Amino acid sequence: MNAWILTRRELAHWVRQPWGPVFGLLFAVMLLLVFGFLFGGAITVPGGGAYLDYLLPGMLALTMMFGVESTALAMANDARRGITDRFRSMPIGSTSVAFGRVGADLANSAAELLVLIAGGLAIGWRITSDPAAAALAVLLLLLLRFSVLWIGIFVGLTFRGDGATTAVQVLVWPIGFLSTAIVSAETMPAWLGTLAAGNPLSATATAARELFGNPTGITGGVLAEHAVWLAVGWPLLLTAVFVPLSARAYRRLRN
Amino acid sequence: MHTLIAQGLRKRYGDLHALDGFDLHVGPGVIHGLLGPNGAGKTTAVKALATLIDLDGGTARVAGFDVRTQARQVRRSIGLIGQNAAVDEILGGRQNLVMFGRLYGLGKADARARADDLLATFGLAGAADRAVSTYSGGMRRRLDIAAGLILTPAVLFLDEPTTGLDPRGRNEVWTGVREIAARGTTVLLTTQYLDEADQLAARISVVDHGKVIAEGSPDELKRRVGGDRVTFTVRENAAEIARRLGAETDEDSRITVEVTTDLIDVVRTLDGLGARPTDLRLRRPTLDEVFLHLTAKESVR
Repeated sequence: MNAWILTRRELAHWVRQPWGPVFGLLFAVMLLLVFGFLFGGAITVPGGGAYLDYLLPGMLALTMMFGVESTALAMANDARRGITDRFRSMPIGSTSVAFGRVGADLANSAAELLVLIAGGLAIGWRITSDPAAAALAVLLLLLLRFSVLWIGIFVGLTFRGDGATTAVQVLVWPIGFLSTAIVSAETMPAWLGTLAAGNPLSATATAARELFGNPTGITGGVLAEHAVWLAVGWPLLLTAVFVPLSARAYRRLRN
Repeated sequence: MHTLIAQGLRKRYGDLHALDGFDLHVGPGVIHGLLGPNGAGKTTAVKALATLIDLDGGTARVAGFDVRTQARQVRRSIGLIGQNAAVDEILGGRQNLVMFGRLYGLGKADARARADDLLATFGLAGAADRAVSTYSGGMRRRLDIAAGLILTPAVLFLDEPTTGLDPRGRNEVWTGVREIAARGTTVLLTTQYLDEADQLAARISVVDHGKVIAEGSPDELKRRVGGDRVTFTVRENAAEIARRLGAETDEDSRITVEVTTDLIDVVRTLDGLGARPTDLRLRRPTLDEVFLHLTAKESVR
């Protein structure tokens, strides 16, 4: 109940200041256009297929992961402005505060997915699987977002103030690009390819490609065979690690 | 029966004893000031009483509930106004109050009605739907205080409520605080401003190095520093006159004498020296003097 009230706070922000989320969406669309058309011509997908069909699920996964930044920033802002302390002085539980954030950010990310999918379809991306598989792809993408949400909550509570954004940016860009989200691991040097293929982001990107019926850019290996299971397992593991860490960071505010 | 009781509160941050045997007793409906320099432990004390931090030692009861074992009941009985205006900047004033009201467990209609009440009380009805980011500092602070009053708490904590406000904003907040106390809410106010404590607080605890070093009404505290002061200016022999009276003189030959025995003695001495003082005034010690006196004594110990 309280979580829903806090989620609604975020939705009210959209109504009051629509430009924030709109620019966020434009950024995602811009990345899509840059990679799809500007760089896309120079990239061939191992195993065949159009690069745009390869790219779009990767962009969706990348966007989910970049969401960690907005989560951390929102948490850090509330802490810095004393809003977190106000919540803590009120008769509401810490789980409400956390799930309010989760609800707000998942709603935000669902809207991002919707816009990117619509944008992708408009520029020629095709879903060749059945609706059930495509729906499962969307669920796996949101599951990734859910798991990195907890990383964002942990970082936002730990590095209060402006440090949080920098900390997350430093973290997010290398992890984002050292994956198969934009280019196939098979075009990288072997050791780098192994690292990229082991990235949780790659698991979700590959699973989404399979489920949307798009080229995966992989011709063999663990990732090729078990992408969907890895796209379930990795986020669950991250969640299992970062939920307790976030809870501990929240308790540490009591020090 | 006291609304706020703190006994022997201890809190350590590394080597720093933020609270070092902090005691406090505040009766119902009283505005009680915590006065002290930066880092004296005022904010730590407020945070401990508002259940935000764990104590290393001591016991505290707020509105009859133990802060350690009955935190939830304490939170139902308090409003906390921290050093920053902890309101959502993007939302409007009414939206903020309705949201906090809902979080306090009010139904939709009740939360709206309460928000309108508070907006009217704090003179914010005209700005109710504007984004808080367009509010002045004083308006933001009043909204912040209103958000702490949604459940009409037994105790309101105000941590430096007027820091950073202009004189007008400060007056607006003072008026609000007096009204709150008049309705029976106990107010614990921390401040670095002596005139603020003097204006608002019925009782004051002077805090230094994590404990209360003096407590009383502003008048009682002023009496502690000694009697009234006579100040006057002389044209000549300022240094000699000051020496004879055991007083200090400043650059403008203005002499301040603490009247310990009798005003007549001061006059006789002046007459004996043939001095003709001008601009003679009799006044009580200021809280500034109390404060410097008390904290200086403390640092000698």
